[in-house]
Amino acid sequence: MAEVDGQHKSHDMGLHSEKLTGRTQQVFFSSEESDNFLYPESFKVDIDNKAEFDAGEMEINAINLKIRELMQAGNGHIVVKNPLAKHSLGVGILNRLKLEFEGSLGYFGCGLIDGPNVRVHGRVGWSFAENMMAGVAVVEKNAGSTFGAAIRGGDLVCKGDVGSRTGIDQKGGTIIVGGRSGAFSGFMMQRGRMIILGDAGINLGDSMYDGTIYVGGKIESLGVDAVPGDMSDLEADWIERKLSAHGLTAPNGVRALQKIVAGKKLWNYDNLEPTEKKIIL
Amino acid sequence: MCGIAGLIHRDGSADIGGEMTSMLQALKHRGPDSSGFALYGEPQNDDYMLRFKVAEQEEMSHGFDIHAEVKKRKAIVDERIQGSGASIVEEQGATEYAFRYRVRFSNGGADQDKLKRFADYIEDIEGAEILSMGRALELVKDLGDASRVSDQYHLGSFKGTHAIGHTRMATESDVDIRSAHPYWAYPFSDIAVVHNGQLTNYWGFRRDLEHRGHRFMSNCDSELIAVYLADQMSEGMNLKDAMTLSVSELDGVFTYLVATADSLGMAKDTMAAKPLVLYESENFIGVASEEVAIRSIFREEIDTWDPYEGEVMVWQK
Repeated sequence: MAEVDGQHKSHDMGLHSEKLTGRTQQVFFSSEESDNFLYPESFKVDIDNKAEFDAGEMEINAINLKIRELMQAGNGHIVVKNPLAKHSLGVGILNRLKLEFEGSLGYFGCGLIDGPNVRVHGRVGWSFAENMMAGVAVVEKNAGSTFGAAIRGGDLVCKGDVGSRTGIDQKGGTIIVGGRSGAFSGFMMQRGRMIILGDAGINLGDSMYDGTIYVGGKIESLGVDAVPGDMSDLEADWIERKLSAHGLTAPNGVRALQKIVAGKKLWNYDNLEPTEKKIIL
Repeated sequence: MCGIAGLIHRDGSADIGGEMTSMLQALKHRGPDSSGFALYGEPQNDDYMLRFKVAEQEEMSHGFDIHAEVKKRKAIVDERIQGSGASIVEEQGATEYAFRYRVRFSNGGADQDKLKRFADYIEDIEGAEILSMGRALELVKDLGDASRVSDQYHLGSFKGTHAIGHTRMATESDVDIRSAHPYWAYPFSDIAVVHNGQLTNYWGFRRDLEHRGHRFMSNCDSELIAVYLADQMSEGMNLKDAMTLSVSELDGVFTYLVATADSLGMAKDTMAAKPLVLYESENFIGVASEEVAIRSIFREEIDTWDPYEGEVMVWQK
């Protein structure tokens, strides 16, 4: 376990306010221990080693097994042709990998991934990249609801419009929406950053515990305990770099983005056990 | 969970029976209990297409007398049709218990009151239920997946302009034909509804509508939407306005599709809790709970999106 101190750069950026103390199971990067970032059973792949296959007539299980087989054979760049909006493709990949889908995905695409660089040259259905831990996933067209539900890390980008409840229960990482995002985006968000370059639907950031949402367009309404915040220079620089990395720009400039944070009036946390609470109450 | 699908061709008749079968079969995993089709063909003269059943599928395997009973019920239906001043121009029996009639009313047609009396008279027969009665609409529903129902009722070659369909996961009511979708908006001749979701103010609205003379054949909350829309339209409201009002008045989580003689519409609740994916081109609109249904008829890449919370859209053929 590593020691954590109370102050980080993320505090200076206004991305969250609570002070971290004690110990954490998080593995911090060190060049000597970089191999620790690989899962024990991950495959040694060569990013320059490219393979592709046509998924048009294949069942979901067979497609996912094929991706695994190709990784096992050392392919670090896999192109899946004709995914035909099938569900649950590209899930559970805990590996360095450049994965491309030449077409659209259905529900639960690329869920539970940790590490790959994914590009979908089409649209994705509900719950794309749910529980993503790390890596980059980019969707070139639109996305359905619950985009990036409960992600913990990485960059998740949709260049088009996204449905409702984007980033529900987000616990980390960065979600970027190039267009509009629907109702209840950032619902119960706990950590991380969400950048919506277009409009946001009703109840944005409802019941968010922490984290930060930036919106470039009109906000239909804020949710319970979601309040405007002030953007620092550090944040503006970071957003500019992040958008630039994905070939996006804020329509009216980064400084015109509205920042939304948790008002924290709903926080009812303490260190008391339920039995102790009973004594006090 | 349930799956819903709809399509409309703006450039004339197409193979909508085969297309809807493919779309619903692609949604089979969302509900395998029953499948239903509301298909809109080209009207012929002033004739009405009557789809009705005189027993539930499961009744056919119970009792020694049911087969004779079904024949007896059908004979009474025939008598009552003729007794209502109408004639049966064409007759097809897809199953032992479900039938397709082309009916011609004397004096060139029937107004709304006459159609209601006609429907009530037929449904007064034990076991009889009119699934649809319209100039363009033909409504077919039965137990099993879409391919099974489509084969059973020979829908694969059905030609028409638009359709809606449903695959049902029974949650609130029984697995039987009367609880299957789509629902005909009795007594409005060419209106049908499919729905995915749950209405929480069903009973209150049902009581109100029953007091105003509307009939319910099931305890399925989805039937309420069809009857609700029919009621609003009977007061003179157009389809889109009635649907927009429904989004604020009906409580719960829902996405529904409605079809009329010349239109296809969709409405989504204000929480957007139930899915719908939309594809729109110049001559074709397809909507479904999942894109995989639309892609079952379009192999090439297409641009699709999710309609937003509280959204109501109507397309004309």
